[in-house]
Amino acid sequence: MEKLLQQIVNGITLGSIYALIALGYTMVYGIIKLINFAHCDIYMIGAYVGYFCMTFFKLGLLPSLLIAMLVCTLLGVLIERIAYRPLRNAARISVLITAIGVSLFLEYGTMFFVKANVRTYPEVTGLLAQRFKIGNIIISMQQVILISITVILMALLQFIVKRTRLGKAMRAVSMDRDAAQLMGIDVNSTVSFTFALGSALAGAAGILVGIYYNTINPLMGVVPGLKAFIAAVFGGIGIIPGAMIGGYFIGAVEVMVAGYGNSMYRDAVVFAILILILIIKPSGLLGKNTREKV
Amino acid sequence: MRKFIALALTYAIVQVLIMTNVISGYFQATLVTVCINIILAVSLNLITGFTGQFSLGHAGFMSVGAYVCALVTMRISTIPGFILGVISGAIAAAILGGLVGLPTLRLRGDYLAIATLGMSEIVRIIFLNMEITNGAAGLNGIPQFINWTWLFIFTAGTVLFLANFVKSAHGRACISIREDEIAAEAMGIDTIRYKVIAFIIGAFCAGIAGAVYSSYFYFLKPDLFGFLKSVDVLVIVVLGGLGSMSGSILAAILLALISTYLQSFPEIRMVLYSLILVIIMIFRPQGLMGSKEISLSVFNKLGRNKLWNITKSRKGGL
Repeated sequence: MEKLLQQIVNGITLGSIYALIALGYTMVYGIIKLINFAHCDIYMIGAYVGYFCMTFFKLGLLPSLLIAMLVCTLLGVLIERIAYRPLRNAARISVLITAIGVSLFLEYGTMFFVKANVRTYPEVTGLLAQRFKIGNIIISMQQVILISITVILMALLQFIVKRTRLGKAMRAVSMDRDAAQLMGIDVNSTVSFTFALGSALAGAAGILVGIYYNTINPLMGVVPGLKAFIAAVFGGIGIIPGAMIGGYFIGAVEVMVAGYGNSMYRDAVVFAILILILIIKPSGLLGKNTREKV
Repeated sequence: MRKFIALALTYAIVQVLIMTNVISGYFQATLVTVCINIILAVSLNLITGFTGQFSLGHAGFMSVGAYVCALVTMRISTIPGFILGVISGAIAAAILGGLVGLPTLRLRGDYLAIATLGMSEIVRIIFLNMEITNGAAGLNGIPQFINWTWLFIFTAGTVLFLANFVKSAHGRACISIREDEIAAEAMGIDTIRYKVIAFIIGAFCAGIAGAVYSSYFYFLKPDLFGFLKSVDVLVIVVLGGLGSMSGSILAAILLALISTYLQSFPEIRMVLYSLILVIIMIFRPQGLMGSKEISLSVFNKLGRNKLWNITKSRKGGL
């Protein structure tokens, strides 16, 4: 029982990361129907920016987090502007290949500049290094911070999407781009704004992972990126609460499989879940079935 | 007829170049890679370019072919054993292709791409954990049977088979699914059946490519068949042009040349490769060839009244 509770705590921690990344995937897919493969590398860049802030400039967690989010926002907008916008009306598959190209570029570009070796985040001290014990369950301060920052960011996102004009514009563009344009919405800037939001969240996820797992490398984004995408599909792609639920579910499943089964198979189980959900309910947990019109 | 002359010429020229040691060592390995990539790209083109089913799982099919062939040839290391290995590898891959084809009854577009990606990752993880495949360490010392003759037979055979398939009634049915699935169904085409057929044939050929790979490079590990391998193949197909067999062949050769050239700058090789990819996609999203084909009838126009004015009858074409 205690083991189970401990696993649940770990699952929520991992799930928070997946949820943060999945939000970016789901928003971008919702608005321009693109699997943004470069998204997971923005997360990696966020981890590196955080690393440099904390190691070389000796900044605290919060300033580093904000700087990482800012850099990732700019990067995300820049990528959209340079690589995706010229292809807005091209075939989906060419945009997808472009996304893969950008992803490879970020991975190997980072590798070129910072070398491929694994880097370690500075040891946490003071308040951050504390651990709480509830019964036999250990919760570290890092986990508390990670989960609370995630919740705050998600609440902020919900607020932006539901309550602001820009959020309304995002929802309108994702429903029907042409109609939104006819209503006077600037589609290009709305898409840029979506990329900015998603990238900021990915940057936050990157630095939080750095603090929690300590090690980062230029290819760290690939596997979490795929899993976060699966989380987005699981919850129903294009639906923001779906991505959150999916993220936590995938995180929990992964931790459970590693804890009780064979940890070698945890990735396989996640992919098997993906295939099952695609076969049983392709529109995802919260998705509605759209009927096909001729 | 002219097709066969062209093929025989290609075979003979390369054979002479190998025998006179113009193509040696490193370039021979490149030649094998090019041929494997041609088989993979042409077969993925059938699934993605002609039938319009977006697949990111080609590395999975390839790995099944490679492992089955390796396991068979390691037990029976003779030429018949090798042939048996290639055939059983291809059939195993085709069975997997059929199994993957089944979910396509419901999925389309990006969802299918992600599902096939998931399938190929699952296959990789299974190989990583199986006793018989020696896990992450991989199989070593697979007997080497591939030489230029075998390589040529498999490559040309696959290309000819697929090129003819696309031109047959079945191929036309596949193309009609790509163009408009609902309209195709209304015309009485059994879309489900043709989608599964496309997957089975594509996987079969990918299995052959995997078998060739294992037999030439005599070393296999699951990491070789990750997500990036599938992407590599897809890049070739899209770069060459979806729905253009000759485009796939051209792109496979071109990318191999680029990658051989960039070999001298290992640090920025992948950076340049990805930049080239993005730039080509931005400026020529339909790929090098679009959906056009290079056909040998080009030579007809060039050589009219000059060299061989003999056969005008059929518009040939690879």
